[in-house]
Amino acid sequence: MAKKDRMSGNEAVAYAIRQINPDVMPAFPITPSTEIPQMVSTYIANGDIETEFIPVESEHSAMSAAIGSEAAGARTLTATSSCGLALMWEELLIAASNRMPLALALVNRTLSGPININCDHSDGMGARDTGWIQIYAENNQEAYDNFIQAYPIAEDPRVHLPIMICQDGFITSHAVENITLEEDADVKEFVGEYHPEEFLLNPGKPVAVGPYSLSCYAMEARYNQAQAMENAKEVIVEVAQKFKKQFGRGFEFFEEYKTEDADYIMVIMGSAAGTAKQAVDDLRAQGKKVGVIKLRVFRPFPAEELAAALKNCKAVAIMDRTESYNTHGGPLAAELTAGLYRAKVWIETVCYTYGLAGRDFMVETVYDIFNELEDVVENGKKVEQHKYVGLRK
Amino acid sequence: MRTDISKINEHSPHQDMTEGLMMFAAATSKQFNTGEWRTNTPIFKADKCKQCLLCAPVCPDSSIPVVDSKRADFDYDHCKGCGICAAVCPFDAIEMKEGQEV
Ligand code: SF4
Ligand code: SF4
Repeated sequence: MAKKDRMSGNEAVAYAIRQINPDVMPAFPITPSTEIPQMVSTYIANGDIETEFIPVESEHSAMSAAIGSEAAGARTLTATSSCGLALMWEELLIAASNRMPLALALVNRTLSGPININCDHSDGMGARDTGWIQIYAENNQEAYDNFIQAYPIAEDPRVHLPIMICQDGFITSHAVENITLEEDADVKEFVGEYHPEEFLLNPGKPVAVGPYSLSCYAMEARYNQAQAMENAKEVIVEVAQKFKKQFGRGFEFFEEYKTEDADYIMVIMGSAAGTAKQAVDDLRAQGKKVGVIKLRVFRPFPAEELAAALKNCKAVAIMDRTESYNTHGGPLAAELTAGLYRAKVWIETVCYTYGLAGRDFMVETVYDIFNELEDVVENGKKVEQHKYVGLRK
Repeated sequence: MRTDISKINEHSPHQDMTEGLMMFAAATSKQFNTGEWRTNTPIFKADKCKQCLLCAPVCPDSSIPVVDSKRADFDYDHCKGCGICAAVCPFDAIEMKEGQEV
């Protein structure tokens, strides 16, 4: 039977890793994800799991070792944050193009500079075009649940892509909250055993991984990789449905919170969705028709599904916890407005940038944003399309 | 997933490519004639060669075959003409010649 406990997001992910008992974990410590390899090492030292831990000299090596281990046929994972992910960059693309279904616990932290260790999504968003599946969590429970779903998605033969399970640095990774933990046996059964079809340590069946590819092959390989990401959409939904059926929790691509009759919707990712939902409850009590869409899956990007979910509202606030320096909005804003345009959903959108480098995101800020959306629709107020909130002026 | 990769060529559609372009075979690099890149060519002067075998292990492309403890002539399909063997040979038994032709 599932049990109630209280733990931090990092503890929750480490707990899921213990239950899964993966084969290999190469890792290098970096705040705020350090606790994950630290706790896994403790599980190993205590004899709770058989995972082989490889202490490496950098994150570049961590991801290289992870690719090698996965190619050899071992179920592999690593954990990192911020500059650690940046140092893995080259290898992230190789993991994806070599179609390695390994998992990465990403604890989102800003990328320098100015140098700072707090939460924003600049690390994960920077890696959005590396070919990894990316799933974001609002709280410790979702970080735990998402990690349990990681391998069933990544290892599905229709997919075979690496997966990042993301949670907000400190806000989720270090804050202790209530959590429901499933039985070890149930988690093991849900995740299943890993039996790769092709792998290096397979006597009599030689295989070369990641060969040099001339121009006459590389484009076809990229297209196939993009198809795998397309396939990941149906697999993510199937796994989420199975998880919900078995454990009674979770969402597919996103959570729709009080959006059914909403005129104004905020689209947001990560821990700040909790703040947005509190504001929605407060505004609903005043009779305002507002709602929140919390995006769970950023890669593959569910553009059609989001457009369908938003088509009946009057205006959308798109919230980015990173700066793209493209001068017209963050990555979520750019992709979502493009998705709305392609689906011919002609509603007002405003792109807001919030919470950079750990800046607090307040319930009052959400009130102001919903008021502004109303002003845009009701009074034709002209607003800046790319706006910072929580900025001192 | 295991397929006969010899049936895949530069006219094959994307559906025929292996996942991640995995190669289901061993030692396929032999089929890649890197000798085509050569702009200088080592020439083996067998009469000067003392069979000291200093040259064979330094070749970065394994293009100096050793048979029965004796070096044979160059593997020109794979020799890139870097000249390391010529620099190493103490007996002037390897001469570098301009161009790809032997
Ligand atoms: S020239 Fe270079 S590549 Fe050619 S045989 Fe000599 S060492 Fe090898
Ligand atoms: S180094 Fe010169 S002498 Fe020695 S084996 Fe090679 S070619 Fe012959």
